[in-house]
Amino acid sequence: MTDNKEMTPPPADNSVKPEKAAKPNALNIFLEEVSRNSLTVTILAILTGLLLGGLVAVLTTETVYSSFRTSFGLGFREVFRVFGITYSALFTGSFGQPDVIRAAIASRDWQQINTALSPFFESLVQSTPYILAGLAVALGFRVGLFNIGAEGQIFVGALAAVWAGTRIHGLPPIIHAPLALLVGGLGGAIWGFIPGWLKAKTGAHEVINTIMMNYIAFRLSEYLLTGFLKDPTKAHPISATVDTAAWLPRLFPNPNRFHVGFFIALIMAYLVYLLLFKTTLGFQLRTVGLNPNAARYAGMSIVKNTVLAMALSGLLAGLAGANEVLGVNRNLGVAFSSGYGFDSIALALLGNSHPLGVVLASLLFGFLRNGALRMQLQAGIPIDIISIMQAAILAFIAAPGIIRTIYRLKEPKEESGSPLLTAARKGQAQ
Amino acid sequence: MTTTTAAPIRVKEAGYVSPRRQRVMGIVFLALATMIWAFFSRTTTGQMVTTFVMSPGGAVATPDLVFKTLPFLNVLATISAVIGAYQLVRGFHGRTNTMLGILAGFFVIAFLAWGAADKSLNLAGLLKVAVVRAVPLTLGALSGILCERSGIINIGIEGMLLAAAFTSTVAASLSNLWVGLIVAILTGALFGWVLAVFSIRYKVNQIISGTVINIFATGMTSFLSAKFLQKYQNLNSPGQFPTWEIPGLSKIPFFGPILFSHNLFVYGVFILLIVLTIALFHTKWGLRLRSAGEHPKAADTLGINVNRTRYMATILGGMIAGFGGAYFTLGSVGRFDEVMTAGRGFIGLAAMIFGNWMPTGALGAGLLFGLADSLAGKLTILRIPIPPKFLEMAPYIVTMIVLAGVVGHTSPPAAEGTPYEKE
Repeated sequence: MTDNKEMTPPPADNSVKPEKAAKPNALNIFLEEVSRNSLTVTILAILTGLLLGGLVAVLTTETVYSSFRTSFGLGFREVFRVFGITYSALFTGSFGQPDVIRAAIASRDWQQINTALSPFFESLVQSTPYILAGLAVALGFRVGLFNIGAEGQIFVGALAAVWAGTRIHGLPPIIHAPLALLVGGLGGAIWGFIPGWLKAKTGAHEVINTIMMNYIAFRLSEYLLTGFLKDPTKAHPISATVDTAAWLPRLFPNPNRFHVGFFIALIMAYLVYLLLFKTTLGFQLRTVGLNPNAARYAGMSIVKNTVLAMALSGLLAGLAGANEVLGVNRNLGVAFSSGYGFDSIALALLGNSHPLGVVLASLLFGFLRNGALRMQLQAGIPIDIISIMQAAILAFIAAPGIIRTIYRLKEPKEESGSPLLTAARKGQAQ
Repeated sequence: MTTTTAAPIRVKEAGYVSPRRQRVMGIVFLALATMIWAFFSRTTTGQMVTTFVMSPGGAVATPDLVFKTLPFLNVLATISAVIGAYQLVRGFHGRTNTMLGILAGFFVIAFLAWGAADKSLNLAGLLKVAVVRAVPLTLGALSGILCERSGIINIGIEGMLLAAAFTSTVAASLSNLWVGLIVAILTGALFGWVLAVFSIRYKVNQIISGTVINIFATGMTSFLSAKFLQKYQNLNSPGQFPTWEIPGLSKIPFFGPILFSHNLFVYGVFILLIVLTIALFHTKWGLRLRSAGEHPKAADTLGINVNRTRYMATILGGMIAGFGGAYFTLGSVGRFDEVMTAGRGFIGLAAMIFGNWMPTGALGAGLLFGLADSLAGKLTILRIPIPPKFLEMAPYIVTMIVLAGVVGHTSPPAAEGTPYEKE
């Protein structure tokens, strides 16, 4: 159990410690540093998770077994072929095919370049909701709150944005789109506020309440999409298309779906960074997260900070939903659920609850998700493989001991644990 | 500040109800009475007649129950009001929760009688479906109780149910139903063990351990299902456990067909309920298990191996979830579909909290949530102007209200969620 003796939160990120070069045994010192570094563990965790995904793909391919039955060498060749096709499809699906890109650039045809590069931009599109949802969970972690309800907040955000996009008419795009985005964010904020308020006032655990709010959101969306928000001209439950004025503008012609939402997500990440690390409020939030007792003695309001953190967290998740609706789908169906909310827990952990880390982790997941789509088409590997990879990465990040055991890494100098995730607040919030 | 020592020691006197809570409950009781009167009585005319069909189509024909709606509703409202007044003035003390249960039951019955006014409602069929729907919820809750009573939060019930549903389908398709059932239980045990290893050996935050299990189980089963089950349909045809009528008991009028004409899983719930209640609260084993969850340090001082106890409880809890997972395929539809558990594991978690971490409470909550589920399907038939989706939300909303301590008071195991380290 970590002791939180210090009043001030620790420095923002645990970046790479400076290498001590110009020593006689520089290499040894470097290796020593690297093997104790938590960034090393993070990278190894990602690589191991990706490798495990490939392994699952190989183990579930029938030709591998039939080849092994013929001969050992043939079997091995088949194993490498499946590995190769898996990762090359993952790569070309997320970045684009190098030869196609080269040919397109050589042709100097704008449309061709656009098409060739669209997989790369599509990956950024896929990363956008991840960034926002990951920030939502990360913000909660920093305040010692476990927002497991990002999924529901995304849904409510999407519902609210669709309402603003389909029920408000006649506004110019410069007002309508931001308004719809904001309404979506507010929807999410309400969904986060309720568990936050319950936590602050009654001590009811936010994990359970956010889960309950998830399912209330699902049922609510099913209700609204079969009634109030349903497109009357369609047979199946789907909302009408959002007014063009409320669309988040796309920057390139079809098939490239890259839209300004990506930049909004980056701006939000920067704002969260400023809020957490450059303002008094952020200092309060982090102190409440790290040591609520110290925060209380220092005169900070636990209630205010808890409620505010959950509402802000919900706001970010709501923006993720609104962003998807206004930028990508432009309508909302019951099958909107995407697992972003649960993946975002992995993102926040992977990014060490730091906005920059979350953005990087989200890019990784976005590229993986987009690449997996191609993997499904090209290699016949179901897209759910990325859930397996993500679960593995999450497990390794959460339990660095596993990675340290596999790769024989040395223990870190002091058992740091993850102060963000210890149950420091348990039992005192009442 | 170590959390184990900082946990407040709550002294619970049997049957003590604080004056504030007594008043709040009295008001809640009166509110229920008023609602019966305002929503139901006032919208009913004197000539209306309610018909409850009392046999779900079983072998025993029980005559229908026909009565005048208005007087019945008024009687229920009056009794509720009297109980509420008594609670305000004198208080029921130790029996407050029982009375709350009775009044909630009155409200549901009044609602049904009102909904079926001048119509006929198959009450027996409704309850029978409710019992079936309660099975996975109760099993999920029992799994959670076993883990949490030992100090391990199990948020991965959903994933365990799903994984066991998948493995049981494949195993049963390849051999027979019983093998499928055993494989399901073993799958649950495996996932329980994984949860324990993460939470105990690697001291991973237990919410995250559970989330890993949920993401992994969803991903893995969907992956394997898309890859193999759609291509090889013979892997996805496990068959179903048949209905076993219990001789004698199933012949009881009304209750017989509702409770004793089911397949193995319903009886499994009854048996597990009895076994767990006795084991947890009336044996040395149960006392040790609970002490690991309430005050591990004290337990350790007395020579109980806390972590071993937690491993055992979590694996057993996983096995119960595995049994519950098999219900979805071998006990219900006889095939596996992607993400077929659809959040039942999380409602199970809600049922656990609603039932205050007690096995009997879990069954009660499971039945109530099952009834809400079963009733949601009947609303449109009865032309009751409440959207079915709202009724489906009820379990979640009710759980949040309970958790907030407005109506009841929940007491989770004091040391749950914190890894135990010997000092």
